[in-house]
Amino acid sequence: MTTTHVGAPHTGAPLAPDTFEIVPVHHWGRRLSAVGAVAALAGLIGSLAKNGNLHWDVVGHYLFAGLIFDGLVTTLWLTAAAMTVGLALGTLVAVMRLSDNPVLYGLSSLFVWVFRGTPLLVQIIFWGYAGALYHHVMIGVPFTGVTFFQADTNALLTPSVAALLALGLNEAAYTSEIVRAGIRSVDPGQTEAAHSLGMRPALTMRRIVLPQAMRVIIPPLGNETINMLKMTALVSVIAAHDLMSNIQDVYGQNYQVIPMLVVASLWYLALVSALSVPQAWLERRYGRGTARGAEISPLRRLCAGPLTALLGRTHKEEGR
Amino acid sequence: MNAPMVHAEGVRKHFGKLQVLKGIDLTVERGQVCCLLGPSGSGKSTFLRCINHLEKIDGGRLSVDGEPVGYRPQGTRLHELREREVAARRRDIGMVFQRFNLFPHMTALENVMEAPVKVAGTARERARDEARALLDQVGLADREGHYPAELSGGQQQRVAIARALAMKPKLMLFDEPTSALDPELVGDVLDVMRRLADDGMTMVVVTHEIGFAREVGDLAVFMDEGVVVESGDPRRVLAEPEQERTRAFLSKVL
Ligand SMILES: Nc1ncnc2c1ncn2[C@@H]1O[C@H](COP(=O)(O)OP(=O)(O)O)[C@@H](O)[C@H]1O
Ligand SMILES: [Mg+2]
Repeated sequence: MTTTHVGAPHTGAPLAPDTFEIVPVHHWGRRLSAVGAVAALAGLIGSLAKNGNLHWDVVGHYLFAGLIFDGLVTTLWLTAAAMTVGLALGTLVAVMRLSDNPVLYGLSSLFVWVFRGTPLLVQIIFWGYAGALYHHVMIGVPFTGVTFFQADTNALLTPSVAALLALGLNEAAYTSEIVRAGIRSVDPGQTEAAHSLGMRPALTMRRIVLPQAMRVIIPPLGNETINMLKMTALVSVIAAHDLMSNIQDVYGQNYQVIPMLVVASLWYLALVSALSVPQAWLERRYGRGTARGAEISPLRRLCAGPLTALLGRTHKEEGR
Repeated sequence: MNAPMVHAEGVRKHFGKLQVLKGIDLTVERGQVCCLLGPSGSGKSTFLRCINHLEKIDGGRLSVDGEPVGYRPQGTRLHELREREVAARRRDIGMVFQRFNLFPHMTALENVMEAPVKVAGTARERARDEARALLDQVGLADREGHYPAELSGGQQQRVAIARALAMKPKLMLFDEPTSALDPELVGDVLDVMRRLADDGMTMVVVTHEIGFAREVGDLAVFMDEGVVVESGDPRRVLAEPEQERTRAFLSKVL
């Protein structure tokens, strides 16, 4: 907070009191627009609440229904698993793209080109119906007929696995670019310092470069996770029962399209809000050692924001 | 075991078409402090980086403690070292950079402990005790919990020296360690280096601090345009240089 009294200047006109009261600027325009915006929002919410066509009773009935809940669980694990696959594979691809080895560079570039360049929906359908292209999957030595492992494609590629593969591989292509930009943002002097201490390249990457790259990587990765949460809805085309698929199943039967979409939106909003907590935590953890490492938590800013806007106080945020 | 610590014969290095080192000859004996001087762009940093294989030489011979840098001799052949062998050799050579290059996401203490724990496999407790002793040695015992961004340039450079010493190197390389510092912070860093030299550490120091070279150096080497122009006892080279180029350079620096 600002101090309200300061000592008088030593020079200048002789003034009677030796302290002054600080009069802050009154942001009348800001207060007025804040009041207006809040009023408009209240009106909108009120009209939505009273709108009979939205069938709030239906929304209430399905919000915690078992089927919706099952879909929610599927969406959650699919998002988590696809992001894990995407991040792990994406980091690998990023390191390959930065390598001096032309084969590794070429392969990783090809991967990014294909999986970023084709529509996700096509990729999902491809994995979902891969059984029609290849009836069997086998692992062996190419061109020799030696096989270690063989299985029926359809038994292996269940809708869930196909969905995970499609989302994970697609995500890896995008994540690899994010990670690559993050790695390149780290001063090369860091790598040299690590090497001069006898650290090998893999250890240098893991202990020195990636932790610093994280600062650049996390915000876009938060975006990616939110996107993924909603992109999982696309897997409904191969009958993987995520939240959106189940919502569609329900309104296919009861024709309550709008209320069911409200249910879906409420849940997606809740999930996205919940995600901001680990993101803020990660940002602070990897911001250690930087001037902005001790930023105020977003929750506190959100709570303090509207209040200060209304009260017209503009105290500086202080990072303890 | 009486090989010189650093021995260079006709070392050459080019970047593309640019010939940066055109045949460097240099010998630094154990316990000696060698000061490399010369105008900017003369190849001092490049030569220093060749010594711990951050750059690969294109010609000539370069050895540290009797072992060719980057190669393992076997009979009449020189086998190129693998990644892990290169890393193992670098453990014995400490390096201090102009821009410190401390790890910003680690505290001073963590910076110093990192290599002993992760590279040498020292137990954490012991590494911590040793790191504290080193920070004490460079006068920063009370700053162990600070991140680099919370330290002054001179303090950061002293942490960087402690970090390099933590691997117990037999040779220390300094690349303009005080050039990025405010003038009033230079003295503390030079004091640490002087004490290190008194303790018998072999050092190769690229510096523009003529006073340091004169007082602490056993050998002064003046480089220009990729060649050694003049070398010898610093008190002679710096006081009465034989070469015109050396004289011209010194008159600008002093
Ligand atoms: N990695 C590099 N790629 C291309 N040119 C380089 C590289 N490193 C250094 N050089 C060039 O080599 C020359 C010598 O550089 P350097 O060894 O840093 O000189 P000094 O340390 O004496 O100032 C300079 O002309 C510099 O531009
Ligand atoms: Mg240099």
